[in-house]
Amino acid sequence: MSQQRIPAWINYAVIPVLNVLAAFLVSALVFIYIGVSPIDAAKVMWQGAFGYSEGWGYTLYYTTGFIFTGLAVAVAFSAQLFNIGGEGQAYLGGLGVTFVSLWFGNALPAIIMIPLVIIAAGVFGAGWAYIPAYLQAKRGSHIVITTIMFNLISNSLIGYILLQVLKPAASMASESAILPESSWIPRMHEVLSVVGIDVTPTPWNLSFVFALLCCVFVWLFLWHTRWGYEIRAYGANASASAYAGVSSVKIVLLAMILSGMLSGFFALNMISGDVHQLKLNYVAGFGFTGIAVALMGRNHPVGIVLASLLFGFLYQGGAELAFEFPGVDSKIIVVLQGLIILFSGALEYMFKPSVEKLYLSLTRSRSNNDEEAQNA
Amino acid sequence: MLEFWFNWIILPLDSMLRLSTPLVLCALAGMFSERAGVVNIALEGMLLAAAFAAAAAAYVSGSAWIGMLAAIGATIALSMLHGFATITHRGNQIVSGMAINILVTGATVILGRYWFDQGGQTPNLQGDARFESINWWGAEKVMDIPIVGPIYGEVLSGHSIVLYLAFALVPLSWFILFRTRFGLRLRAVGENPAAVDTAGISVIKMRYLALVVCGILTGIAGSYLSTGGNVAQFIPNMSAGKGYIALAALIFGKWRPVPAMFGCFLFGLLEAYAIRLQGVEILGIGSIPVQFIEMVPYVLTVVLLAGFIGQSRAPKAVGIPYVKERE
Repeated sequence: MSQQRIPAWINYAVIPVLNVLAAFLVSALVFIYIGVSPIDAAKVMWQGAFGYSEGWGYTLYYTTGFIFTGLAVAVAFSAQLFNIGGEGQAYLGGLGVTFVSLWFGNALPAIIMIPLVIIAAGVFGAGWAYIPAYLQAKRGSHIVITTIMFNLISNSLIGYILLQVLKPAASMASESAILPESSWIPRMHEVLSVVGIDVTPTPWNLSFVFALLCCVFVWLFLWHTRWGYEIRAYGANASASAYAGVSSVKIVLLAMILSGMLSGFFALNMISGDVHQLKLNYVAGFGFTGIAVALMGRNHPVGIVLASLLFGFLYQGGAELAFEFPGVDSKIIVVLQGLIILFSGALEYMFKPSVEKLYLSLTRSRSNNDEEAQNA
Repeated sequence: MLEFWFNWIILPLDSMLRLSTPLVLCALAGMFSERAGVVNIALEGMLLAAAFAAAAAAYVSGSAWIGMLAAIGATIALSMLHGFATITHRGNQIVSGMAINILVTGATVILGRYWFDQGGQTPNLQGDARFESINWWGAEKVMDIPIVGPIYGEVLSGHSIVLYLAFALVPLSWFILFRTRFGLRLRAVGENPAAVDTAGISVIKMRYLALVVCGILTGIAGSYLSTGGNVAQFIPNMSAGKGYIALAALIFGKWRPVPAMFGCFLFGLLEAYAIRLQGVEILGIGSIPVQFIEMVPYVLTVVLLAGFIGQSRAPKAVGIPYVKERE
């Protein structure tokens, strides 16, 4: 079987779709087991996520978060770096946003504050990714273990800061004060009402547009700049690119800083755009799900937007599901997520040989038919 | 003085043994898996699954031993899933591990709620459904003897049988790994699978066997968490990063059983002190924030991995799927 005869659309469309279908099929079994008809569940989820304007708003709000963490994983992965630290980097991004907003928010207007908040989110996220990147590039430690450790360190660190530094005197819960209004990223329904479009108020905010801009940036950067080319060359074959004069230290640092920055931007959507305060464990697994998003999106910005939309749908639909069926926990979405990572990541190539065989036998029989037709 | 001795040395050592038991078992599990060349960050999820299975089965059957068997069954199943993805289908070992961890966090809550309807927890276990602590002979009588008495009576005596089993498994693992043919082959598969293949031994079979051992050990670890210790029920996310810490201890121990156990002791002791130091004022320093003590194991691991306190070299073939021949 030669590789050339398999068209690209099988790799980029058929196999990912099959993988997701397999994940859905297994989760349908889980639904049947806990006594919920998977068809009813799918209906509730679809209706909850896309059936009405408010549902759409929430779906796109979650989508925004996944675009940031998915892009982050994808950029690092283009250099074959497995950044599992998205969770911690997004957490630190939130810390940056909170600091900047609390320090300057009351003195500066929104027009200056919002760029400042974006920079803070990016710099804090990138800074938290820089240390593991530096240790891998210069000292040869393993990025996977170090970033896992950095997730755990960020938990304790921010737990301490929230409790000792940021917690308002009167408050009992471990959360910061509400951030000054000038640092809030406007909600989409406010923005759209200015141009005369009426949308139900939801947490969906302008970070969504910024996330799409980040996709364009990542696409331009990776495929149309010299640095991006070097990152991909390093990812494709590290030793060959070293012979070609690409510095591995530079690539590792560059890819990880960019990745950490994108993870840090996650804070824009959730903190500046929605809850307006830093809370304990606010990232809540979005960093890990970024891995699934990047895997499903085949590390390409377009794919990532589509995969993020799928996960946004799952999140919003899952929340509706828990609301509609009281016995069902919204954690069922976490099961679905795990299955998607399993089938589209770890078992990525399970269906490939059979799909290829099927495709080849179909095309062969068709060409045989053609020949016969010509002979006759 | 005696009170200080008891509160700050004896009791922390006692907690250290309890806290490091699941770590020791998981580190041994990780050792078998990684020595055979399979990275296993799924330890975290397997531990959680085992804790759930043990508590659920122990509650239903009323026997802690049946709980342990169920836990081992669950972890072997997850281990085989990891093997199916990474050995048979040559999938990425880290992605597979992450998938298992995420899957288990969700599945334990879903099943827990469906079976017991207590927000994902299992009911409290009573009687034979939990492992009772075993008091050694004369433990109470010797307590008055200075120094040695409390070590015997408080630190060593009075734990559940799973704890003693865990520590018995350390020398056993050493023996299996370094003194048996199985161990030799296992280590070879993690260092140079092609050579092992040439010698006519199936790399795939060896790796699956290593994962079975890994499953048995994490199964016991999980049953200690939910039925063998102070807590006698399953609580969502009760593994709380212990699988990752065990991995760190394994790196500390350079993939060897006894040093890995000491790595677990170090992390267990830090955790014990973190609990004891909560809100305690220390002369001249003030109170040390608990979060900083919590952080120490992770920071130490990062520092160690960066080669600042000695090198720790992983088995050579770890993380690389084995391809028998070019197709």
